[in-house]
Amino acid sequence: MFFQQLINGIALGSTYALIALGYTMVYGIITLINFAHGEIYMVGAFVGLFATAVLKVNVFVAMLISMTVCIVLGVLIERIAYRPLRKSSRLSALISAIGVSIFLSTLAQMLFGANAKGYPEGVFPVKQITIGSAEISTLQLLIIAVSAALMIALEFIVHKTKIGKAMRATSEDYNTAALMGINVNMVISFTFALGSALAAAGGVLVGLLFNAVSFNMGLMAGLKAFAAAVLGGIGSIPGAMLGGLLLGVTEVAGVAIGFSSYRDAIAFAILVLVLLVKPTGLLGRKIQKKV
Amino acid sequence: MLTLDKLYVNYGAIKALKSISCHVEEGEIVALIGANGAGKTTILNAISGIVPTLSGTVTFLGENITAIPPHEIVKRGISQVPEGRRVFANMSVLENLEMGAYIRNDKDAILEDIEKVFVRFPRLLERKKQLAKTLSGGEQQMLAMGRALMSRPKLLLLDEPSMGLAPMLVAQIFAIIQEINASGTTIMLVEQNANMALSIANRAYVLETGEVVLQGPAAELAANPDVRKAYLGE
Ligand SMILES: Nc1ncnc2c1ncn2[C@@H]1O[C@H](COP(=O)(O)OP(=O)(O)OP(=O)(O)O)[C@@H](O)[C@H]1O
Ligand SMILES: [Mg+2]
Repeated sequence: MFFQQLINGIALGSTYALIALGYTMVYGIITLINFAHGEIYMVGAFVGLFATAVLKVNVFVAMLISMTVCIVLGVLIERIAYRPLRKSSRLSALISAIGVSIFLSTLAQMLFGANAKGYPEGVFPVKQITIGSAEISTLQLLIIAVSAALMIALEFIVHKTKIGKAMRATSEDYNTAALMGINVNMVISFTFALGSALAAAGGVLVGLLFNAVSFNMGLMAGLKAFAAAVLGGIGSIPGAMLGGLLLGVTEVAGVAIGFSSYRDAIAFAILVLVLLVKPTGLLGRKIQKKV
Repeated sequence: MLTLDKLYVNYGAIKALKSISCHVEEGEIVALIGANGAGKTTILNAISGIVPTLSGTVTFLGENITAIPPHEIVKRGISQVPEGRRVFANMSVLENLEMGAYIRNDKDAILEDIEKVFVRFPRLLERKKQLAKTLSGGEQQMLAMGRALMSRPKLLLLDEPSMGLAPMLVAQIFAIIQEINASGTTIMLVEQNANMALSIANRAYVLETGEVVLQGPAAELAANPDVRKAYLGE
């Protein structure tokens, strides 16, 4: 029972973590809460649906297509809606982000209607595997495996590649990074690309998990993932991973012990509790003011 | 090599630079001295493209670089050690040096240059895996200088390298600045420590509230009674 719930929680939490990473990376580099990030995840879920239902490709190809589309979308959003406001107040950029968010979800509603859609039957063969007393579905395994692989890839990029190091340098000190010859605009685009790709993967995985894709799915998922990012310490990549997993596990545990009607509130209750004790989040550093 | 012509910079309503004209010739050490808020850092940041200019031009090696983005200016051969060192605190010493070489792709030569930095600053070698935030102020200054050299600059801009350092370390840093210059890098040096700066510079400019008020050979300025009174503490 405990093991079962733990697996359920980790699977759900992995998807929160995938989305939370985008919030945290973008915040780390331009101190903006990218409100449209939840909608990128929603678009990712729709593109995955389109790829499996219309193009009839398998789940992995669908995920790649979805990630590619969302990379383009994320980079475009930054170019069009945030970059022109980089020198203005944080509030202007935040309002612009909310605008993009509303635009995308409304557009999705117009295009796909208000009803939730499911992925085609049998697009991923779901079998139950029994390990001891727990039943784990192959879908949960897929979610956990894909999320883990993506997060390992992200850690590799951020710590071992030149562009990843430039990303860390830029998020520490924007001007000094420019003095190193780093093209900070390019680095910012790259950050949006990475975050959007992860959100797209999350969208496809969640679409499969709940078998429901809808225009407003980005809102709650976005809020929870944002809570996960803050919980882990906004700006911290390992923090977002930890925060996501923690939220997933506690949410599942909360439901299991009978608080199912408070399902969505659990995430925010945990957030408030942690911030009361540690205002910077679990792995957060003191937030420096950026120039 | 570098020429600033009637440069103006504003921060909102604050007029930080008012018609600054100055020049640096190849091989020189040129000092910029002046009180707090005179506009010294602003001049360096305008050269590096970090702050936008209102009017006037910056010419480097015959090319107008006034409106070029900062990363392109580094590629032209200008590198800056910013005020307060600004090392990447949560990156290792080695990673900081790698960032200094960001514009380069010649892996082997980069490794050689990292070794050269370690020869020049042996204290960094012992600490190469350490995060930069764990270094002392003096070590951070060395790291910031080593990092700036990693792009193989033709012109090195130094913003108050002696800030907050003990006198012995200041002497050491200034000796290294002379060495760097002797090995072929032109230097523009901003200093509060006018005494030290004038002792190693060829020429100097004295700045007051965004304007050049005096200029000339460093030895001449060091002997000037006004300068002695205002900046050399007499
Ligand atoms: N980002 C900024 N926003 C607004 N005003 C600024 C900014 N940076 C500098 N200033 C102002 O511009 C003027 C020149 O500042 P600058 O930093 O160039 O002086 P400085 O000569 O380097 O001084 P210090 O010796 O203290 O470093 C000062 O009046 C300062 O208050
Ligand atoms: Mg200054």
